[in-house]
Formats: sequence, C-alpha cells, structure tokens
Amino acid sequence: MQQSNTDSEHRTTAEHSRGENVVNDPNTPTHAMDLGSVVRARDQYHLAEEKICLSIRDFNLYYSDKQALKNINLDIPEKRVTAFIGPSGCGKSTLLRCFNRMNDLIDNVRIEGNIKLHEQDINENQINIAELRRRVGMVFQKPNPFPKSIYENVAYGLRIQGVKSRRTLDMAVEKSLRNAALWDEVADRLHDNALGLSGGQQQRLVIARAIAIEPEVMLLDEPASALDPISTLKIEELIYELKSKYTIVIVTHNMQQAARVSDYTAYMYIGELIEYSDTNTLFTNPKMKMTEDYITGRYG
Amino acid sequence: MTTSVGTQHISKQFDNELENIRERVLAMGGLVEQQLINALRALTEFEVEFAQLVVRNEPQVNALEVSIDEDCTKILARRQPAAGDLRLVMAVIKTITDLERIGDESEKIAKMAIELIEKQGPKSYYVGISALGNHARKMVHDALDAFARMDTQAALKVASDEPRSDEMYVAILRQLITYMMEDPRNISGTIDVVWTARALERIADHARNICEYVIYFVEGKDVRHISIEQMEKEISESKK
Repeated sequence: MQQSNTDSEHRTTAEHSRGENVVNDPNTPTHAMDLGSVVRARDQYHLAEEKICLSIRDFNLYYSDKQALKNINLDIPEKRVTAFIGPSGCGKSTLLRCFNRMNDLIDNVRIEGNIKLHEQDINENQINIAELRRRVGMVFQKPNPFPKSIYENVAYGLRIQGVKSRRTLDMAVEKSLRNAALWDEVADRLHDNALGLSGGQQQRLVIARAIAIEPEVMLLDEPASALDPISTLKIEELIYELKSKYTIVIVTHNMQQAARVSDYTAYMYIGELIEYSDTNTLFTNPKMKMTEDYITGRYG
Repeated sequence: MTTSVGTQHISKQFDNELENIRERVLAMGGLVEQQLINALRALTEFEVEFAQLVVRNEPQVNALEVSIDEDCTKILARRQPAAGDLRLVMAVIKTITDLERIGDESEKIAKMAIELIEKQGPKSYYVGISALGNHARKMVHDALDAFARMDTQAALKVASDEPRSDEMYVAILRQLITYMMEDPRNISGTIDVVWTARALERIADHARNICEYVIYFVEGKDVRHISIEQMEKEISESKK
C-alpha cells in the first residue's frame, strides 16, 4: 500500500495522540476487550446462588391478640443488602427487630415459627441475647450517640467486652471510623462531645459504633430518613462499602433509596410478605400487581 | 400481566404526563403513517405533488421525535418511574426512534418517486413494489394499533408478518435483476426501484421493532432478536 509522505505523517501524529492503545496490526481493534464481560449485567444477583445468612420460616408475631406478621418465609443472603419496603404498619420494622430480638423488650409479644442466623435458632431459650446483639447490630432512624466523646462512643462496645489496651482501642476506633467514612471529618477532634456533630455525622458515628464490635449483620431502620440529601447519599455510599463485610438489612420508606442501595427487595403489606426478589426485577418487572401499584405510586 | 398503567397514580399530574406522551406518540405515528401513504401514492400513481408533500412534512416528524424525547427525559428526571411506568417510558423512547426512521425511509421513497416520475420508467417495475408497499403500510398501521391498545396478540401478529416482507423484497430484487440483464440501459432507473424496495423492507423491520416494545412494556420481556416461535412462547408463558 503506497502512501504519500504527508499522509503517513498525519497518521503518526494521530497514533501518538491516541496514546498507548494503538496496535500496529490493522486487524486488531484498538479497543479490544472481552465481549462477554460487556454483555453480562454487572449487578444481577440470583437468590439461588447465594449463601443464606438469615433464614425465616413460618414466622408469625402477635402484639397481644393482634397479628403483626403473618407466616413470613424469607431467606436473607450473606454480604448483600436486602431492603424491606411497604406502607406504614406493614410490619417491616417489626420483622427487622426480630432479627436481634428487640421485640423481647415489648410486653405481650408472642412469636411462632423460627429465625435462624447461620443455622442457629435465635429464639432458643439458652441463647445469649447480648452476644446475639453483638453479632446483629442495629442503627435507628434518629442518630442516638451517647453523650460522650466521639472516641468513647466507638470504643464503648469494646470496653464492655473488657478490652483495656489503649493501643487496641485506638486502632479499633480509627478503623471503625474509617469504615464508616467519618474519620477524615473527626480525626482532629476525637475527644469532642459526639452531640456536637451534625445529624449525618452522628448517624455515621452510630454506624461506626456498631461496626467496632464486628457484627455479622447490620440492621438499618430508616437510617437516612432524618438526614439531608447529601448526608443521605453518604450513608448510601457507606452501605455499598459495608456490604463487602457485612450482611445488611435496611428498612426504608424511600423506594428510590431501596432501588439505589439494595440487591434484594421485599415488599410487605399488612403483615404479609407480598413479593421478594432481586431488586432489578422487583423495580422493573414485579410479578404482583400489589407490588407494582406500590412502587409506581398507585397505592392508596 | 402485571402492568397497572391505566389505573390511576396518587399523583394526578403524573397520570397526565404519561397519558400525554402516549397521545403524542400516537400523533407522531399517525403523521408517519400518512407520510408513508403519500410516498407510496406518489410512487405508484406518479403523482409528484404527494412526494413533495412528504418532503415538506418530514421536519415535523423530526421535531416530534425531539420533543417527545425531551418529555421522556423530564419524566425520568422528575418522577423516577418504576416497573410498568418505567417500561412505558423506555418503550416510548425506542418507539419514536423507529417511527422517525420510518419517516426517513418514507422521505427517501418520496425523493426516489420524484426521480422516477421524471425518468418515466415502465410501470411494470412497480407491480411488486406496490404489493410490498401495501404490506409495509399495513404493518405500520397495525403496529400503531397494537401500541394504542397495548395489545400483545396484535403485536405478535404484526411481528409474524415481517418475514413476508423479506420474501417480497427478495422476489422484487430477482425481478429487477432480470430487467437489468435484459438491457443495461435500464440499470440506473432500476437501481432507484431497488432502493425503494429496500426502504420498504426496512420500514417493515421498524414496524416489527415497535411491536417488540409493546410486548416489552406489557409483559416486561425482551423479545428482540428471537424467532417468532420463541416470541409466541414467551407471551403464552406469561398468560398462565
């Protein structure tokens, strides 16, 4: 193939400006990549392929004689984010609270069926509830830091466990605050009172406090609903980071939030589990009309 | 079938917005169908005014595409639609692209009609073209009908008509090749007829695409790039 001088000069500059990707062989595409990896969906999960962390079977819960949860069967996969959505009073928070037996604190609650955390029935009599709650941490809608320093808030759980070494505590506090994406904002004022932090920072502090004792499961009950949009996004980003280490279950009224952060979504209505599937399917092609009506804003 | 589009949102305004884009797609469809009818009329009845009308109206089709696209973007940004609503917006965005292409192809046909009328080629060229034209026009009409009623059975029917247009195209091509071999002086005029047949065959493809979006919206199933038999199976499965 003959080329004029100017032509080939042109070509050389063009190749230079395109950088190192240039391959001299004209039969090799410049941006060769594995087509299979392009075609495959990046975040498509299948429940059948997951390790199950929490397994709920034939579960009923009554407040006195009022039934709040009706025959719930649900598998919550490990190291994934599972969201519970549904209108107020559907039982999603009640169900969440069952996972670390917070409902024990309420009078006249009666349960049937079982919940297993990695094959262990959490409602057995001999179970150590403090230990269960260490393994299954919880964060609430309103940030609830202790009226202590930032440092002491995070170190609290470890101190209760009897950790005394200053070095161990320092390391654990820093690691937890880093994992909760708060370290950079508080590193120079660890001994200030935690109540001086903003709402979003307090919420991340509470998450750091929960992480410090290395739980397996994190239960988040409306963790961002009292926060501004930026803090909300920070919490959501944090949830995404945390799922590599923990199983996360989140209750939210904000459907877009469930769609953004979760891998699996359960839709509940008046104590019943209506539909449970991977989030992509639930938000694009739900099987049940009730689910569709709720997520498209036709409920009511 | 789980879609509840048609029943009301809590937000009445959202209902209006979705209804509005649906209506506008149908208006665009009506315009495009008329463009095709006029282009075919110019071609088969040698009426140059109809071809000129098609060329004049083409910018309207483009403007509608742009404007409906903008509406869809606004709905995505402001309403964050989910499930059936989301699938409707996706189906609309794709449908208007295919409608615009049908408009483009109709304009091509109109322009070629103008040339062919000037050259005054023999009418016998157009026997096959007229049949293919009617087939494509009917497919477009029925596809729009399926879209208007969100009727998957009607959509499936149109999609299964599409292979017929390929067969007709091949037959026309064969016939035109014999004309060209008979007398090489026919070639330049015949090539225009070939392009016209090609445009009609493409229009039938676009009509089929629209039907696939109707099925996607109603069933939540992507039926592109599969055979008619698989398509039938997908639809009958979800009826159970």
